[in-house]
Amino acid sequence: MSVPLLSVRDLTVDFATRDGTVHVLDGVNFELAAGETLGIVGESGSGKSVTAFAIMGILDHAARVLSGDIRFEGRDVRAMYPRERDLWRGKEASIIFQNPRTALNPIRSVGRQIADVVSRHTPGSSSEIRESVLGAMRQVRIPDPERRMSSYPFELSGGLCQRIGIAAALACHPRLLIADEPTTGLDVTTQAVIMDMIRDIARQGNLGTVLITHDLALASEYCDRILVMHAGHVVETAPVKDLFANPRHPYTYGLLNSVPSMVDSVHDLRAIPGSLPDLRRADLPPCRFAERCPRRIPACDAPGLTLKEAGPSHAVACRNPL
Amino acid sequence: MTTSSIITVENLKRHFVLDRGNFLTRRKPVNLHAVDGVTLDIQPGEAVGLVGESGCGKSTLARVLCRLIDSTSGRILFEGRDITDMSASAFAGSQMRSDIQMVFQDPTESLNPLFNVFDLIADPCRRLKPQKNRAALRAKVEAAAVSVNLPLEFLTRFPHQLSGGQKARVGIARAMVVDPRLLVLDEPTAALDVSVQATVLQLLGSLRRDKGVALLFVSHDLNVVRLLCSRIVVMYLGQVVESGPTDHLFHAPQHPYTHALLSAIPTLGSGARRDRIKLDGDPQSPVNPSADKCRFAGRCPLQQELCTRQAPVLSRTGSGREVRCHFPLAEPGAPK
Repeated sequence: MSVPLLSVRDLTVDFATRDGTVHVLDGVNFELAAGETLGIVGESGSGKSVTAFAIMGILDHAARVLSGDIRFEGRDVRAMYPRERDLWRGKEASIIFQNPRTALNPIRSVGRQIADVVSRHTPGSSSEIRESVLGAMRQVRIPDPERRMSSYPFELSGGLCQRIGIAAALACHPRLLIADEPTTGLDVTTQAVIMDMIRDIARQGNLGTVLITHDLALASEYCDRILVMHAGHVVETAPVKDLFANPRHPYTYGLLNSVPSMVDSVHDLRAIPGSLPDLRRADLPPCRFAERCPRRIPACDAPGLTLKEAGPSHAVACRNPL
Repeated sequence: MTTSSIITVENLKRHFVLDRGNFLTRRKPVNLHAVDGVTLDIQPGEAVGLVGESGCGKSTLARVLCRLIDSTSGRILFEGRDITDMSASAFAGSQMRSDIQMVFQDPTESLNPLFNVFDLIADPCRRLKPQKNRAALRAKVEAAAVSVNLPLEFLTRFPHQLSGGQKARVGIARAMVVDPRLLVLDEPTAALDVSVQATVLQLLGSLRRDKGVALLFVSHDLNVVRLLCSRIVVMYLGQVVESGPTDHLFHAPQHPYTHALLSAIPTLGSGARRDRIKLDGDPQSPVNPSADKCRFAGRCPLQQELCTRQAPVLSRTGSGREVRCHFPLAEPGAPK
């Protein structure tokens, strides 16, 4: 196989807090090919967003990347000089943030904010930049872009703000797009429009897309492959159909049975007992799901748990899989 | 509308005044029509789902029903008694306050951080249903905590020591402690993870079954509503556009908005993608809406010329269903 668009090997991240060190990510591995859409799914606190921020190099100051080899088209992203990485970010790899209202600068017009991205990466005359901004706004189908470019975020609806965020992310035609919960907080009808748009743009440009979401149903509709995360571990990865037809990890199985669209009566819902372990603990078990797991066996407490092949491009990190 | 229903609202309106206007300068008044002529009734023990997108007025309607805010016009009947003109403070002091209780959207924001769980649950009980002595109060609070599967050792904790799901359960216990007959839930699971949401939904389902409490479940998530409610009311820009039994509404939506809403829900393992109805266009503004135009016009995929000339009225289409559309859908997906 040729060099993947993005590969992440053994990514481990800690956060130093007043209450101790939080072990947020532990040995995250995955690859993404050009044109592929990978969904990262998990509950809040599972480390989905931290994975995205670590790739982009925009982690909080409290974070420490203990290990991890992040390669973009074979280039080592973490070895880049800060200035080099700044130019890489936005030009070759972009991110769409969760809350469009807080991600945009409230006192700068939206056209200017897109222009900031464009002028940084492709300097040109002001009329050229204006044209690129209008082009980016047209690409995300913002009605009447000439008028809207001088609007401020508070004047636009949530859906339009998110389109601005997407326009800014795509203005320089990146090859990798990370969408971190791009439609959380939007209405379902708006969500459908935004997600269809992201997918169409990604297809046209052969972009590699990472879709981070807590919504399994959304991921199932838009992704080729899904990575399930729990408490900083990748617990299972498989092509969409395979994952839903044949989940191997007890956590994936539990998640699938707690989705309202899967069952016919409220009494058929199966909740996962317990909650995420406290990630500040020094004695975190090798399998961080073990304490909630209905299929726990003595072997679960042995160290050295890794993702193991469980079928064609299906891998699971479990000693007693389904 | 029978007198047996717990609560009935007739042609209820709630307008927010943005600008009173000025007679001398002939500046017209500006009103935001949050709820614009809603008629609804809820029977004892019934679970009704109120669905719509953000800004459609569903939370405002829930608050008016609970008498947390006043209505602009229309009538509210509680068990046949007209309570429209009762002041909010008189309502808060009456027996009816304990009969209608509300669970708020954000479990963190709606719990006082300085109260421990015992006091959070005991507070409404102290105000509305004073007990003979402390032991009686404690028994009442513990019974409420048990009914929401909250372990008793949590009673001494404070909200910041609880997880989201536990906070949601405290919110429900606090409402249930005064034995309400109607529980109004404003997006109680919106802030929760899917596995936690499942426990809260199960809890609500069993509370309804065991205690016979009626539910008005406000949500934007049709899938959640489908599991819990026997009847669904769909709102769009302050008006009811469709209502009916859950199964019928799900399998044969009649209003194009309901149809679009259903088709937009992502579904697990649907494999081949269904035909999705896209609502591109911008919604109309709820500020001074035009009286002779369908509110969905401009986004409706089935719009015709009549829709911009005349506003449709809510009309009965049989078997407890109502729809507000000039050209309702006959079968799933197929225009008449």
